[in-house]
Amino acid sequence: MRKLLFQSFFQGPLTEPAPALDPTAVDELATALQRAARRRLGRSLSIREIDAGSCNGCELEIHALNNAYYDVERFGIRFVASPRHADVLMVTGPVTKNMRDALERTYHATPDPKWVIALGDCARDGGCFAGSYAVAGGVSQVVPVDLHIPGCPPPPVTILQGLLALLDRAAKTAAST
Amino acid sequence: MPSLIDRMQEGRTIRQHSPWPRAVVEAHLWNFAAGELAQGRQGLLGLWGEPSTVHMAIIDRDTSEVAVISLDCPDRVYPSVGKHHPPALRLERTINDLFGLSAQDLPDSRPWLDHNRWSVRFPLGDRIDALPTTAPYRFLAAEGDGLHQIAVGPVHAGIIEPGHFRFTASGETVVRLEQRLGYTHKGIEGLMRGASVERGAQLAGRVSGDSTVAYAYAFSKAAEATLQLAVPDRAVWLRALLAELERLANHLGDIGAICNDASFGLMQAHCNVLREDVLRAANTAFGHRPMRDVIVPGGLVRDLDEKGQAAIRAALDNIHVRFPALVELYDNTASLQDRTVGTGVVTVALAKQYAAGGYVGRASGRAFDARRAPGYSPYNDLRFEVPVLDEGDVNARIWIRIREVEQSLSLTNQILDRLPGGPLRVPIGAAAGPREGMALVEGFRGDIMVWLRLDGGRIDRCHLRDPSWFQWPLLEAAIEDNIVADFPLCNKSFNCSYSGQDL
Repeated sequence: MRKLLFQSFFQGPLTEPAPALDPTAVDELATALQRAARRRLGRSLSIREIDAGSCNGCELEIHALNNAYYDVERFGIRFVASPRHADVLMVTGPVTKNMRDALERTYHATPDPKWVIALGDCARDGGCFAGSYAVAGGVSQVVPVDLHIPGCPPPPVTILQGLLALLDRAAKTAAST
Repeated sequence: MPSLIDRMQEGRTIRQHSPWPRAVVEAHLWNFAAGELAQGRQGLLGLWGEPSTVHMAIIDRDTSEVAVISLDCPDRVYPSVGKHHPPALRLERTINDLFGLSAQDLPDSRPWLDHNRWSVRFPLGDRIDALPTTAPYRFLAAEGDGLHQIAVGPVHAGIIEPGHFRFTASGETVVRLEQRLGYTHKGIEGLMRGASVERGAQLAGRVSGDSTVAYAYAFSKAAEATLQLAVPDRAVWLRALLAELERLANHLGDIGAICNDASFGLMQAHCNVLREDVLRAANTAFGHRPMRDVIVPGGLVRDLDEKGQAAIRAALDNIHVRFPALVELYDNTASLQDRTVGTGVVTVALAKQYAAGGYVGRASGRAFDARRAPGYSPYNDLRFEVPVLDEGDVNARIWIRIREVEQSLSLTNQILDRLPGGPLRVPIGAAAGPREGMALVEGFRGDIMVWLRLDGGRIDRCHLRDPSWFQWPLLEAAIEDNIVADFPLCNKSFNCSYSGQDL
């Protein structure tokens, strides 16, 4: 173990610079945050992830945000274990009817102010599962959505761009009020 | 004594079914098959329904011969297999939920996927209205002094899929775990009905995101078997390349994540770098990190160019250099081994009874690997070993993955060295009249089965069976007598798919 730790010490970090902000996400957020942002987040964001019926593809890419290349915690973005600790709910999947109730309850368990990110193509409108007897539809059918990050699944860089846009806008909105 | 496959001739053979035989049988032969399963001579590969038929796929334990038997049940009742052979229980509950066909004397008649939220019952059979009120799910009882229950989920604390676990514990020790799944049920088999083959492949690739390649592979093979279509050599080899890259990425992620659940984050940090390297190489080579929608019926949509080859080679070489130090780290860290050795044991007998695939089966003495037997091209031409251990604990499931990473590295290099040229894809024609086919493909988690009936270019029925169906129940057994705090460790060492089994 010692050898491995020494190597890591000398090889320098693998972590890459932050990606540029996604202009679409910034626009989408401008509207969302005028309505919702009432407090400075202090460049820190606690996210509770909810799989509302995804195929688990999005979860894998969210996981990747924590690897050494993206190292999402350096931006103050943290995934938390309880909705009670969260500023943001990050919801994946077409919302299945079997998960609808759990999603609503998790939303209500999250303290205000809160934002909802619908992650992935299914989360927008049900994607290729839309119209099934078992699917309620996109996340916005069940809880209000502030930002949508597209992709099937969205790669980690895209997710990171969306999250940084959220932080950036929240900080600006808070400064101007 | 004649085997089941010999006795199938007593039934009515379906001609347009390939590559393995299917016969429509009478109830006595259906019961005979259930008995064969119960006695361990055959393994259950799948059990699925249609509006008035049930099908059972079996595999001979010794010869790996595969066969499907079907039973017409116009009265919507059929003799239960689960009564004799518990691995069929959840499948029979599902057949009832989706089609309204009930297994006679089924010991457990609770709904499984149907949580009474769909506004209909029997969505794939003769639909009726949902029940006016939803009764609470009756969890199995565990009685004793001082027992308490712990309810977990469906929303879990990590970034994982939803499902409910009901623990009954005596102090720290788990007396019983019962799973309740179905939360991610999307009705994929319903969406398949009437869909084009192309849309079918798209849906199949979204059954379980971590196995998107393996599912597209299995679906495409089933479609090609149905249409008697031979795909070009280059596609055959490239498909295996994609499948091995997917296996590598997932195994690397799992090895790290299991260690992380024993609070050994260092291993995860290093494994996830290697995993990310594989995904980035896949993105360079095939234009998508998890390589979704690349394999399609008829071949592939994207060829591998020089740049892609170089990216894959570089990622493999890097793993080749760095992985041995991580294996050594795992092997030499006593505090980590203290958590994994002897934890969450699946006995050899149980793995055999459930015909458990993948690392769950192979860590418990079941040497089955669909790439080896029944086998499919190009694996027949490649050199690889199927690692097997008997201990059945978390440690064994880690070691199987470690050995499989090594095998996949070798396989990927062999494929790149011998990759044939030529066309990548052939058009799929539409055959007149109903035709059927099936395929068994080894995903990273185990064998994925796809059964398909096409009628005039449209999907009439498609059944997709995830390996998790026969692994989830074993997790309930593995956790017994372990402490509650070891559950995440055991669970991760199984890494069953919720979406794959909920479908």
